[in-house]
Amino acid sequence: MLKIENLHVSIGGNQILKGINLEVKAGETHAIMGPNGSGKSTLAQVLAGHEEYEITDGKIEYLSKDLLGMDIEERACEGIFLAFQYPVELPGVNNTYFLKSALNAQRKYRGEKEMDAMEFIDLIGDKIKLLNLNDSLLKRPVNEGFSGGEKKRNEIFQMAVLEPKLALLDETDSGLDIDALRVVANGINSMRKEENAIIIVTHYQRLLNYIVPDFVHVLVDGKIINSGDKNLALELEEKGYDRIVEEAKA
Amino acid sequence: MNPDSETEMLKGFAEQEYKYGFVTNIESDTLPPGLNEDVIKFISNKKGEPKWLTDWRLKAYKIWLKMKEPHWANIEYPPIDYQAISYFSAPKNAADGPKSLDEVDPELIKTYNKLGIPLEEQEILAGVAVDAVFDSMSVATTFKDRLAEKGVIFCSFSEAVKEHPELIKKYMGSVVPQSDNFFAALNSAVFTDGSFCYIPPNTKCPMELSTYFRINEPNTGQFERTLIVADKGSYVSYLEGCTAPKRDENQLHAAVVELVALDDAVIKYSTVQNWYPGDKNGKGGIYNFVTKRGACRGKSSKITWTQVETGSAITWKYPSCILQGDNSTGEFYSVALSALKQQADTGTKMIHLGKNTKSTIISKGISAARGQNTYRGQVMIKKSAEGARNYSQCDSLLIGNKCGAHTFPYLDVRNTKSHIEHEASTSKIGEDQMFYCKQRGISEEDAINLIVNGFCKEVFRELPMEFAVEAQRLLEVSLEGSVG
Repeated sequence: MLKIENLHVSIGGNQILKGINLEVKAGETHAIMGPNGSGKSTLAQVLAGHEEYEITDGKIEYLSKDLLGMDIEERACEGIFLAFQYPVELPGVNNTYFLKSALNAQRKYRGEKEMDAMEFIDLIGDKIKLLNLNDSLLKRPVNEGFSGGEKKRNEIFQMAVLEPKLALLDETDSGLDIDALRVVANGINSMRKEENAIIIVTHYQRLLNYIVPDFVHVLVDGKIINSGDKNLALELEEKGYDRIVEEAKA
Repeated sequence: MNPDSETEMLKGFAEQEYKYGFVTNIESDTLPPGLNEDVIKFISNKKGEPKWLTDWRLKAYKIWLKMKEPHWANIEYPPIDYQAISYFSAPKNAADGPKSLDEVDPELIKTYNKLGIPLEEQEILAGVAVDAVFDSMSVATTFKDRLAEKGVIFCSFSEAVKEHPELIKKYMGSVVPQSDNFFAALNSAVFTDGSFCYIPPNTKCPMELSTYFRINEPNTGQFERTLIVADKGSYVSYLEGCTAPKRDENQLHAAVVELVALDDAVIKYSTVQNWYPGDKNGKGGIYNFVTKRGACRGKSSKITWTQVETGSAITWKYPSCILQGDNSTGEFYSVALSALKQQADTGTKMIHLGKNTKSTIISKGISAARGQNTYRGQVMIKKSAEGARNYSQCDSLLIGNKCGAHTFPYLDVRNTKSHIEHEASTSKIGEDQMFYCKQRGISEEDAINLIVNGFCKEVFRELPMEFAVEAQRLLEVSLEGSVG
């Protein structure tokens, strides 16, 4: 589904990613772990198409297409979803209306009929329950006045409605208490299917107790220095990043 | 968003063409350019006015001659040559005035249809009485009978002068005197037509009243005059909407609108203004210098101004309320968009005279491309206005790097037992907001519309339903072409 080769990325002349190679197949869940400033979030943002970053080398293939040649909205319509680490507030823009606009933009792109308000309300009914979302959040402006946890839950709610092929979860666990974490994780688990993939970017192992990854990659200083299965995450938690870095060097 | 794409976006804004740009071919009965007493007498005579009105006009003209064009507003434009303007133009066939739509020049009907305001459909579907002004002469008035049943008078200003001279004499100039300001004085001297509305006591006007103004003759100043009087305990909602064909000359528009609300009366006055804004260099747009003022003369009366200003090269407009009656209320809700090279200096004045008078000001300014948007508001609380309250909120939204937003609130409080609150904010559509929307699959253009509409929500919900939809569409059209 996704093939990243020798990806080099810089921002304002600073090299952040220094040769990333990663392959993600349909049905897989990958976790990318690493210390602060290692480039985890950059990778997620680059995949989503953030224009601030400069791709200095390498290529990314997504569903056999050249991902780097696609606009942000085109990538979204092709099924790439980024759950933001810091979801953005849109004052005055109704949350439900926003999501309906997004869904219809994607449906239109795929040549499907746009949904009217009634169909949309039906569709979101189940998803609301899935994430134990308070109805009032739907009527409020997008992320405005939401608590940190509400924002994250709202991101996953959007994901549930948009049903992406490739979901990028950027520090989705931060700001969630243990109950909210469980709800969000259950929501994400219920969306894991044969035909789609998930990349989880996280600092802590905590979320991976609930969403068990097929692969774990350790990203340090712009490079993946180690890859393994879920046990690598446990090892990381136990030893800390420094030890893993040293062992990798050795 | 990287700088390149932002430049592209701005280019799109700047180059968006006016959608309603076309000129109707109708022979006109037009006066040569120039202004003097004879011109005023010609207009008055042409309209068959009584002597008192001719004299009233001449008095205004004399006042105007002594006045100077004001230049305190935050706008720039080349000097206006008032002698180069033609002060009278009327569709040729309109001498007798058509009795029904069948008698209206088909060219006119075609023009309205292009604008999406087919009168015949509006009559049936919308249930709105339309007093359509094409250039200076009213050409069609509908639903008169239904209004007459309730005793509501809704007609052209000229007709009101003939049929209801006592009301015109009593109220015309009582809110905006001839000497009020340069443009009001000019209007008082040369106004050609407009609308008049009177709601009798304890009557709720059975429908929303609506007038569409158009300007169609090159080099013709348009001087509308509107007077609405709501008698005790009455209610009226009045909608005003405008579009104009494309042209090259700048056009002066100096209207006067006067509202009078007696005891317990309510007037809602809503405007959607979409005159030609000029091209990306500001050439060819309408100069809109309007004086709009309402007097809450009676106790517990209420006047609400709601405006959505998307057009004109220059907007100079301050719909105001004089809160004379005790417990009266004034409200001002405004969305003003300046894109291309448009300049808007708009706001309101709330003058508190009566006890426990209340006013609310919600102003939303949007600047895009090279647009300059200024909010100018005055809240004046006189000594007599014990217990007066005002709440003002002025928000500005910037799209791009070459536009500007300015806020000038003036507060003048002479009574210590009054209360004033003022809030202001300026924000820019953020790159992070655009990225967030696009990441969900929403195009740049739709994302801007979403954010702008969200920003304007508090004002849109004050508009009557069908107008709110139109206003939203107008903003979208005005911001169109944001991509590439």
